[in-house]
Amino acid sequence: MSNFLAIITKPDNIPITLLLVGVVFFSWLALSKGKRNDVRGTPIEATKDDKIQVWPYLVRVEFLATILVLAIMVIWSVSLNAPLEAMANKSLTPNPSKAPWYFLGLQELLVYFDPWIAGVVLPTIILIGLMAIPYIDINEKGNGYYTFKDRKFAILTFSFGFLVLWVSLIAVGTFLRGPGWNFFWPWEKWDPHYVAVLTNADLSEYFGIPTHLPDASVNPVASIFGAVCVIGYYTIIPIYWLKKRNTDILKKLGLLRYSIVAFLFVTMIGVVIKIILRQTPLLFGLNPIKYVWVTPWFNV
Amino acid sequence: MFDSFKKTEVYKSVFRHSYQDTQRNRALQVVDNVFLHLHPVRIARHAADVSYTWGMGGISFLLFLILTITGIILMFYYRPTAQYAYEDMKYLMNDVAFGPLIRNMHRWAAHAMVLTVMLHMFRVFLTGSYKPPRQFNWVVGVILLLFTLLLSFSGYLLPWDQLSIWAVTVGTNMARATPLLGHEGPFGPQLGMRPDNDVRFVLLGGTEVGPPTLLRFYVGHCIFLPVIATIFMIVHFWRIRKDGGISGPDMNKKAA
Repeated sequence: MSNFLAIITKPDNIPITLLLVGVVFFSWLALSKGKRNDVRGTPIEATKDDKIQVWPYLVRVEFLATILVLAIMVIWSVSLNAPLEAMANKSLTPNPSKAPWYFLGLQELLVYFDPWIAGVVLPTIILIGLMAIPYIDINEKGNGYYTFKDRKFAILTFSFGFLVLWVSLIAVGTFLRGPGWNFFWPWEKWDPHYVAVLTNADLSEYFGIPTHLPDASVNPVASIFGAVCVIGYYTIIPIYWLKKRNTDILKKLGLLRYSIVAFLFVTMIGVVIKIILRQTPLLFGLNPIKYVWVTPWFNV
Repeated sequence: MFDSFKKTEVYKSVFRHSYQDTQRNRALQVVDNVFLHLHPVRIARHAADVSYTWGMGGISFLLFLILTITGIILMFYYRPTAQYAYEDMKYLMNDVAFGPLIRNMHRWAAHAMVLTVMLHMFRVFLTGSYKPPRQFNWVVGVILLLFTLLLSFSGYLLPWDQLSIWAVTVGTNMARATPLLGHEGPFGPQLGMRPDNDVRFVLLGGTEVGPPTLLRFYVGHCIFLPVIATIFMIVHFWRIRKDGGISGPDMNKKAA
């Protein structure tokens, strides 16, 4: 418990607590406003479209907000000192070494992915995916007012990515990861000598295909198996979705938009699947799955 | 006395109109003021409603201003070399008048800005404000999010203590796994990437986080990133105006 209390009260980690409280509050606010609008039919924002003058009605809000923020910043800065540890020393590695808090979600993903995916490919996909949102979401409804009914898929997907993946992985990475990046519950004491004995398996090995040949080179059959799994996952689900739902979604979105939406969505779910693949075997005393696809050049 | 002062040429040249509470004067307050003229004269009632906007975008900009001011003050006391950086931090925290206050505020405002930018983005998403005609401004916003993170991350190294050097080591170690461009990334070695010529080497100015990294991050943090971020901010604010102000449900009706 003492480790958890120490880490949660660290001045540098206050933003995460604020983030957790903030997203809960604002999600509730947006949902309740959305629900009210959905029940009303016409959004309440539409009834407030009469013009007011910026001076004084907006300027006073900005002025009060400025004073409030400045006051908070002064109180915060007077009461808590920014951390300054011992001088930089390349020969003394702290355990655990953690990135700044806003990158801890990505650092947490290192448990599940190789660095080229967790540290480079996924952040790139997140940024490009975010930029693509206005161009792939062609739903005309829900522009400029809170709603849930009018854009369920968009809100659920974004909230899942932001709240469940981004925010909660940051919280796990910050609060529940101790020495050796091992997982510790809040009430557990960090044991720097704890070594999780893990014999990793690859997905192919669960199907009786050894990943490596006796001479330690990669088994091409396992490589092909992995390629089929990954490429199949990326193609079959979007096609199956089209066929099964039999909706006019393709006609509405067009092939390019649908492919991008499907790629981003399937990638996001893929992150969850990889987490599940790694964690669930442990519950049954089986070896956690490290890779789905092993090749001589990269592993997924 | 004050009345006669108000009639002088000096006063009139500074304050161009009186302060009578008329519609016209209220409009002039905004239009004639260089700081306020970013605003339109009149906006929809819901656009000034804090429960609609959460005020997170404006607060992010305010925090950016706080960071600029405190950052410039910090630059007076800080030398970006491995020899002096940490000692300057100690000096700042122990001997400079209001040094801890300025540094703490810079640190906490940086954290707070990351937070408010995320929440601003969350609000913009939930109100569907990225929808036409504001698609491009959302893209600019994502770029600003990236620059906020980069600014915070590059500043993280500057104290040159254990916390900063190892956090940045962890962060930049990712770069060595960059596909094609990192020496441990997929197809990196095949393309001739080595620890001393890959993308991480460019980022760090060496094969590990060292004195050249400190200088690189310092220049990036104080000049390169803020200047680029400011340019994108100018575009961001300009586009809010040009795209019809804060989003609202009546947008489409008005455009039609």
